[in-house]
Amino acid sequence: MLKIKDLHANIDGKEILKGINLEVKPGEIHAIMGPNGSGKSTLASVLAGSEAFEVTHGEIVFNGQDMEDMAPEERSREGLFLSFQYPVEIPGVSMVNFMRTAVNEHRKHQGKEALSASDFLRLMREKKELVELDSRLANRSVNEGFSGGEKKKNEIFQMAMLEPKLSILDETDSGLDIDALRIVANGVNKLKSPENATIVITHYQRLLDYIVPDYVHILYKGKIVRTGGKELAMELEAKGYDWIKKEVEA
Amino acid sequence: MASEQDKLLNDITEKEYEFGFTSEIEAEDIGKGLNEDIVRIISAKKNEPEWLLEYRLDAYRKWVNMKTPEWAHLKLPKIDYQDIIYYSAPKRKAQYESLDEVDPELLETFEKLGIPLQEQKQLAGVAVDAVLDSVSVKTTYKETLAEMGVIFCSFSEAVQEHPDLVKKYLGSVVPTNDNYFAALNSAVFSDGSFVYIPKGVRCPMELSTYFRINAMNTGQFERTLVIADDDSYVSYLEGCTAPMRDENQLHAAIVELIAMDNAEIKYSTVQNWYPGNKKGEGGIYNFVTKRGFCKGEGSKISWTQVETGSAITWKYPSTILKGDNSISEFYSVAVTNNYQQADTGTKMIHLGKNTKSTIISKGISAGKSHNSYRGLVRVGKRAENARNFSQCDSLLLGDTCGAHTFPYIDVKNNSAVVEHEATTSKISEDQIFYCNQRGLDTEAAIGLIVNGYAKEVLNKLPMEFAVEAQKLLAITLEGSVG
Repeated sequence: MLKIKDLHANIDGKEILKGINLEVKPGEIHAIMGPNGSGKSTLASVLAGSEAFEVTHGEIVFNGQDMEDMAPEERSREGLFLSFQYPVEIPGVSMVNFMRTAVNEHRKHQGKEALSASDFLRLMREKKELVELDSRLANRSVNEGFSGGEKKKNEIFQMAMLEPKLSILDETDSGLDIDALRIVANGVNKLKSPENATIVITHYQRLLDYIVPDYVHILYKGKIVRTGGKELAMELEAKGYDWIKKEVEA
Repeated sequence: MASEQDKLLNDITEKEYEFGFTSEIEAEDIGKGLNEDIVRIISAKKNEPEWLLEYRLDAYRKWVNMKTPEWAHLKLPKIDYQDIIYYSAPKRKAQYESLDEVDPELLETFEKLGIPLQEQKQLAGVAVDAVLDSVSVKTTYKETLAEMGVIFCSFSEAVQEHPDLVKKYLGSVVPTNDNYFAALNSAVFSDGSFVYIPKGVRCPMELSTYFRINAMNTGQFERTLVIADDDSYVSYLEGCTAPMRDENQLHAAIVELIAMDNAEIKYSTVQNWYPGNKKGEGGIYNFVTKRGFCKGEGSKISWTQVETGSAITWKYPSTILKGDNSISEFYSVAVTNNYQQADTGTKMIHLGKNTKSTIISKGISAGKSHNSYRGLVRVGKRAENARNFSQCDSLLLGDTCGAHTFPYIDVKNNSAVVEHEATTSKISEDQIFYCNQRGLDTEAAIGLIVNGYAKEVLNKLPMEFAVEAQKLLAITLEGSVG
C-alpha cells in the first residue's frame, strides 16, 4: 500500500528526514516512535504533501502511484488521511458544511454522486457515535473553541467519515486524558479492516496498549534506526530513549 | 507555498466577469451632455408635474456649483459629465399585459442573469419590478399587493399616480444638495422604485428590483423611495449585474427610506456590477447615497449589503435615528479584487432617546484592490442612553491588496455607550492545508473560509439572496482568490 524509499526532506534548507525506508501493507498497523525532534511529524506532513517541506531525494509510492507530483487534496482523495497533531480552527465554517464538502469531493473523485442532505446527516450521526462525539460540536465551526480532547476526537470522526485507505495519526494521544484516549483508540480500532492500514506516530507507549501495532519503528535523527514488534515499544518504555541514542551513536 | 498562493491569485485574477454580455435592445435616448434643457427634456419625456421639474432644476443649479468629493480613499478618474447620456429607455415602453408581449431578447437578458421573471418568482413569493436601463418593464404582483394597500411600482408611475406621497417624501431624507452625486441624481434621475406600506400592514412578500445597466454610455440614476407607515413591515431586495463593457459607466443612485412609528424596513442589496477587467480597465463607478430615516418611535431600519462588483464603490447606507427607541443595523460584506476600489461603510446618527445601532462590516480584499471601511457614529445631545456596537473585520488574500478602516465617533451625550472592535486577518497556510488534506482544493478551501467569514452578514439576507450571495462570493473570489 505504501512504500517509502530513501526519503530525504528539508525545511528551510535544513535536512530533517535523512533516508527513510518503510513499507506498509493492507491490514497492518505501524507505530513510529522516537524522541522529540527526530522527524516524526515531518514524516507525517511530507506524506500528506505539505508544501512547507521539500523532498530532496527518494520516493513515496502509495497504491502504486508515485506521489511526487500529487497535490495534498489528490492524496486525500486517493485515500490518505492525516490526523493532525494540532488541528487548526476555521472560524465561521460549520463542521457540517466542512465535512459535507469534503465527503462530496471524495465521492466525486470516486465517480459517485454527491450525498443528499438527509443521507449525509444520517452518515454523520452514525459516525459521530463511533467516536462519541458530542452532537453539539458538529454544529460549531471547525475546531473553534474545541478542547484538546474534542479536537482529537473530531479528527478521528473525520477519518471515520472519509474512510481512508491509509491513516496517519500524528501524536493523536497528546493532550488526551485516559478516558478520551480510550474513546479515540476504540474509534480507530473499529475503523480497522484488512483493507486499510494505519501509521501511529507517538512519543509514548501508552497509546499502543489500546492500538496494538504489528510493527514498531524507532525514528531518530531522521532515520529509522530500529524496527521490531510491539515488544520493542515495551522495551522503550522500560529503558527510555537514551538507550537507543547510545546504541545508535556508539 | 507562497508561489502556490501567488499562482492561484493570478489564476483568479485571470477570471473574467461571468455575467459580461451586452444585449441588443434598441434604446431611445437623448444624446450626450447635461444642461438645463436636458433636465427639462427628461422631465417632459416623463410627463412630470411642474413641481418636480422645479425640483430637478433646483438640484441641477446646486450641482453646477458643487465639487466632486475627494475625502474618500479612492483614486477617482476624471469624469466628463458632458460625455454621458442622461436618459434612455427601451423603445417598446408600453405596459404589457402578458410576458408574451415583452421583447424576447429582454426576457433572455433576464434569463441569462438568472432572474426568473416568470412563474418561478410567483411560487417563490417575490414581486419583481425589473428595471432595464431606465424604464420599468414589467411589474408583477402589484394587484395582490394592492389588495393590502401596498403600493409597489416604478418611480415614474408613482409620480403620475401618487403625486402627493412622492411630493411629500422625495428629498426628505436626502436633500438635493446633500452631496455632489445626490445633487446630480436629483437633477436627472430617470426611474426607480416606489414603495408605500400602509399603517399596520405587514408586507406578505419580499419586494425585489433588479437593476441592470444596459445601453452604451448611459449613466444610471435610479431613485428609490420606501415609506413604511406606522406599525408596518417591509423587506426590500435589490440586486444588480451589468454587461461587460470597455468604457466606464457612472452610476449615482439615491435610496430614501422612511420608517414611521414602530415600522420596520429591511433593505438588502446584492451588487455585482462589472468591476473592470483584470488590468483595471472599464467597470462601473458606483456613487450611491442611501439613507434611512427612523422617523417614528420604536422604528427599525436594517441595511444588509453584499458588494462584489464595480470598479469604484462609494457608498454609505446610513440611518438617522430620530424616533425614541428606534433601532438600526448595518451588515455589510464588501469584496474587492484586481484593481477594484471600495470606500464603503455607514453613518448612524443618534438623535432620539434609547436609540440603538449595530454595525457589522466584513471587508475582503484580493488582487491589487483597496477596500476601506468608513463609518461615523454620532450621538446628539438629546440622545440619552444611545448605544452603538461596531465591528469591522478585514480579511486579506495575498499581499498586494489593502484594507483600511476609518471609524469616526462623535458623542455629545455622556450616557451613550459606543463600542468599536476591529480585526484584520489573513487566511493562513495552515487552514488551507487542513482543507487540502480533507480533499478540498485550494480554491474550494478559500471559498469555504470566505463564506464562513462573511456568514454573519449572509445570514441576514433573505433566503433567495443568501444563496445567490454565496455563489457570488465564490465567483468573485474563487476567480480571484476567494
